[in-house]
Amino acid sequence: MTNRLHFQKRVWAGAALLAVVIMCALLAPWIAPHDPLEQDLMAASLPPAWSAGGEAAYLFGTDTLGRDILSRLIYGARPAMIVAFAGATLAALIGTVLGLWAGFHGGAVDAVVSRLVDVWMSFPAVLLSIVLVAVIGTGLGSVVLAIAVIDWTRFCRVVRAETQVQASLDYVTSARTIGQSRGATLWREVLPNVAPLLLTLFTLEMGIAVVIEAILSFVGLSVSSDMPTWGGLVQEGRLYVNQTPWLLGLPIAAIAATVLACNALGDGLRASLDPLLER
Amino acid sequence: MTIPCIDIQGLHLGLRATRQRPARLLLRGIDLRIAPGEVHALVGESGAGKSMVGRTVLGIAPAGTEVLAGSVRFQGDDWLAKTEAQRRVHLGRDIALIPQDPLTALNPGHTIGAQVSGVLRLHLGHDAAQARARTLKLLDAVQIRSPSLVVGQYPHELSGGMRQRVLIAMAFACKPKLIIADEPTTALDVTVQREVLRLLRDLQRDEGAAVLFITHNLGLVARLCNAVSVIHSGRIVEQGSVRDIIERPRTAYTRALFAATPRYDRPADALRPIDDGVTDALWSDASAYDDAWWAAHG
Repeated sequence: MTNRLHFQKRVWAGAALLAVVIMCALLAPWIAPHDPLEQDLMAASLPPAWSAGGEAAYLFGTDTLGRDILSRLIYGARPAMIVAFAGATLAALIGTVLGLWAGFHGGAVDAVVSRLVDVWMSFPAVLLSIVLVAVIGTGLGSVVLAIAVIDWTRFCRVVRAETQVQASLDYVTSARTIGQSRGATLWREVLPNVAPLLLTLFTLEMGIAVVIEAILSFVGLSVSSDMPTWGGLVQEGRLYVNQTPWLLGLPIAAIAATVLACNALGDGLRASLDPLLER
Repeated sequence: MTIPCIDIQGLHLGLRATRQRPARLLLRGIDLRIAPGEVHALVGESGAGKSMVGRTVLGIAPAGTEVLAGSVRFQGDDWLAKTEAQRRVHLGRDIALIPQDPLTALNPGHTIGAQVSGVLRLHLGHDAAQARARTLKLLDAVQIRSPSLVVGQYPHELSGGMRQRVLIAMAFACKPKLIIADEPTTALDVTVQREVLRLLRDLQRDEGAAVLFITHNLGLVARLCNAVSVIHSGRIVEQGSVRDIIERPRTAYTRALFAATPRYDRPADALRPIDDGVTDALWSDASAYDDAWWAAHG
């Protein structure tokens, strides 16, 4: 038995891609070649550097106001990553606490939480988030809250089911017979064995959060419009799709790549951490 | 007369009614008294209710069951009247369980050291260093060859026999007054069984703990125990010293149970299943008892 985990290739690929996005978000002011808000009307609607009429100074071209697309994409990683981490963390926190409680306690608590999850999941998620943000106001905080409010149910269902499995195992009963309290048993015996699953769900949730943020910024319900977001870039590019298709294509590619990275990482982790699915 | 270590009288355990089925009795008036330092065997076939007795005392009886009547006194105190929090103080310290299946009774996510010292820290307030030193001693006492290696290992790295030794070490960690051994060797193969039983007996003698030894294997009883209770359909069929029960079994069921025990000096075809007539009589007795019980307590 070795103590090292053997991760699948897609774990590394997903992690690498996600690391690039995170670095972009962290280091945006230093790696972006231009100010994302600086307009240069003399250089408006330039195509990417590699196509006819492109300029080397603007690798991915410029939009109709002459703003550098590459810089806007790099800055757009910031709201996406903030929302991905904060939203997924908050959703995981709410869902895990309720899931552990329902799964371990059973009975009436379980029934109430489970029905709540069922009812919650019957609302269309995107509609719910749009209504929610429209009501509580725009801004990154609202988007994070919307994601947590919509997606805590994913964590809750999975954690509840896994907690039930764990709670029925002998070592949890044993922990009670050595005089450990219920709370301590949940914390020491159950939670560590649910944790690998949580890690997987968390990465998958990050991908979902990126999509929700893109949708909300597309409809103008995310951060203010002077801060570039991927959804906002799609929204702007949509108007000129026939003249400047890269304005639409590049932010979509950024969203897709990030979500793909999260899914590959999450799926790969699930496969790697599940002892029954080894390789 | 000294106060018994544990004194169970008229214990009735019932399964609450649900929409699908009516309420029913699982234990029908168990009387069981174990003196300090005594090893008492509770023998019966599957479904006789023998594990239920231990689980009720430990407070881990399955969901939906409740104690309907009877008393359990631990060292003279009314055990069932205590709150869960009050019982928790004693569980693991004064009353310890050696579980049936050593393969699942240890948490796969913690090291052996963490699990053994967890009991010590919980009940004796040991700090990390004290707990570790005592853990090493305990593992040594259960004849684990390299304790300092084993404390850092995870359960999956140990064999079944080793894990059962760890669980025995955990049970004896706080010098308990009563040990409930719920078929402690059933999941082990025969050669390991003998070693584990010898270990259990030696530790019991050194520490002077009382043991409720739950088993279906009468062969183990003679070697290990002072007294025997034979249980069927949730009732004690026969109770007495090991000598009395083995040499002069009074009931047909006990005799049949002995005849059904496989022995090395007899050919395999000499195995005799328990006669249906004997158990049918016991079950019809039990249902007559139930009718009377529900009529009185409805």
